[in-house]
Parts: sequence; C-alpha cells; structure tokens
Amino acid sequence: MTSGLLFACVGAGLFVMGGSGVLLLKHLLRRILAFNLMGSGAFLVLVGMAQRHGIADPVTQAMVLTGIVVAVAATALALALVRHLYRLSGKLELPEAADDD
Amino acid sequence: MKRLVVIPAALFFVLVLILALVDLAPPAFDLRPLVAENLASSGVAHPVTAVLLNYRAYDTLLEIGVLLLALMAILAVSGSPRTTSNTSLSASDPLLAMLGRIAAPVMVVVAVYLLWAGTSRPGGAFQAGAVLAALAVLLHLTGLLAGWQQPGVRLRWGLAGGFLLFLSVGALLLLVEGELLRYPPAHAGVLILLIESGLTLSLGLILAGLFLFLSHDQGGPR
Repeated sequence: MTSGLLFACVGAGLFVMGGSGVLLLKHLLRRILAFNLMGSGAFLVLVGMAQRHGIADPVTQAMVLTGIVVAVAATALALALVRHLYRLSGKLELPEAADDD
Repeated sequence: MKRLVVIPAALFFVLVLILALVDLAPPAFDLRPLVAENLASSGVAHPVTAVLLNYRAYDTLLEIGVLLLALMAILAVSGSPRTTSNTSLSASDPLLAMLGRIAAPVMVVVAVYLLWAGTSRPGGAFQAGAVLAALAVLLHLTGLLAGWQQPGVRLRWGLAGGFLLFLSVGALLLLVEGELLRYPPAHAGVLILLIESGLTLSLGLILAGLFLFLSHDQGGPR
C-alpha cells in the first residue's frame, strides 16, 4: 500500500465520519463542521488517488486547491445563514419536520 | 434510534469505499505528460500554477466568481444596519497589539513572495490571498482593525477587481486570439502575473470580508 493510497483510505474514512455527523447531529454548527470534514475527506481521496503510484498529478492538485477555496466560501455562507436563523428564531437547530407531511 | 441505523451503514459504506479505492484500476488517460509537454509555452514554470491559470483558467475565473457571489450573499443575509454601537475597537492587550504590528509587515512580504514564487514553485495567488486574509483577521482579533460594515465604493472595487480584471483579460483575448483565455505564448507569463496580482488582492479582501463582515454583525436574537 503506497502512501497515496493510505491518504485516500483515510479520506474515505473522514468522508463517512462527516457524512454520519451531518445525519446524526442536531446542532447546526456541528453539522457545518461535519460537512467540512466530508469535504476534506473528498479532497484527500482525490489527491491521494492521483498520486498512488508515486508521482503527483498537477491537474488534481489544482482542482483540489480550487475546491478548498470554494469550500471556505460555502462554509462562511452557511455560518451567515445559521446566524440569521439564530437571530430570527433564537435556535441553533433546524425545526423538526411536521408529522403530517 | 437513528444512530442504530446510521452507524452500521457508515461502517459498511467505508469498508466498501476502501475496497473500491484499493481495487481501482489506473486511469485510462494520464494528463501528466500533457501538462509537462506544454509547460514551456504556458508562461510559468510550475505545473500547478500552469493548470490553474492557463490550461484550466476558466475554472479559476468561475471560482473567484463563486467567492464574490458567496460574499454578496453573506452581505445580503447579514445586512441589517444596526450600527448604533459603531463597534468600537475593543481595548486589547498591549502585547497582542505589538505582536500584531510586528507580524503585519512580515505577512505582507510573505504574501508578495508567495505570489511571485507561484510562477516557479509551490505558491500563487490563492496562498498569497489567504495570507493577506489571515493578516486582516489577525489585526481584527488583536483589536487593531474594526469589523467591516457595509462596503464602501473603494472596498467594492477591491472586492470585485480581481474578477473584473480576469474577465477583461479573458474578453480581450477573446477578441484578439479568438478564444476565451487563450494566451499568446509570448505574453502568457506577464498576463498570468497580472491576473494573479489582481486575484491576490481581491481574494485577500474577499476572504477577510467573509470574517470581518460577519464579525461586525453582532448576531443575537432581536
């Protein structure tokens, strides 16, 4: 197992951890953190798989670099929305879905 | 209850995913030789920068557009002008303030170096912009820089400048070369450096804005 493949496997683990976090956690800040963990896992899979035979692939690295910056922007937007929700409702959780729908 | 379903499913999924990753065949089409062959005509000497700003410059153009859009959305969401308190600078620790003052010029130099280094080694506009943004956040946290309110005219030009510069270079090349963002090899290096400088400034401001606009808006239920 090369180190690239090891990175990819750790990335898969992080992705799934983040995914279960998004499903299980109620607090929105934790959910955003979990979502970021998912993103980091995906980036790690991309970069790790691209260099599993030893040589780095600049195309993948550039793609992941782009992805990281967009993820930062998306996180900031999510935080702004959470703050707005908190200002409007005083809660940091999404309202439970009504039973009758 | 939900836990009992999600956790076994997650464990199963990660097992399948790892088995798939280990088993995956090598890609049918390798881009690395293509990148290496065309590096000489790309205007820069580092393959990642060449991909970002030459081969796939379109992605980078859209990326800075996305960043700008995210910032606008944040301004729209948090745009309640409750500026009665005028967020006075919190009286900060003198030691912190002094360290902030020492770090600021060093960080500006590092950002410029990273921008310049991007042409031949790891570095580039995004890293330099991130350092500039970190500088703004640091100054804000040490109490030397107030959170931003609604952006004024100059700040707006700074935020949008990188995108506009990139777009206008692209449009110019569309007229001259007949294709969006196809640089003439003789001028590719200069054009890329021009775009990167604009991107660095705008990225720094946008990323700092993501923090400073939110930080100014003090939240809390009304």
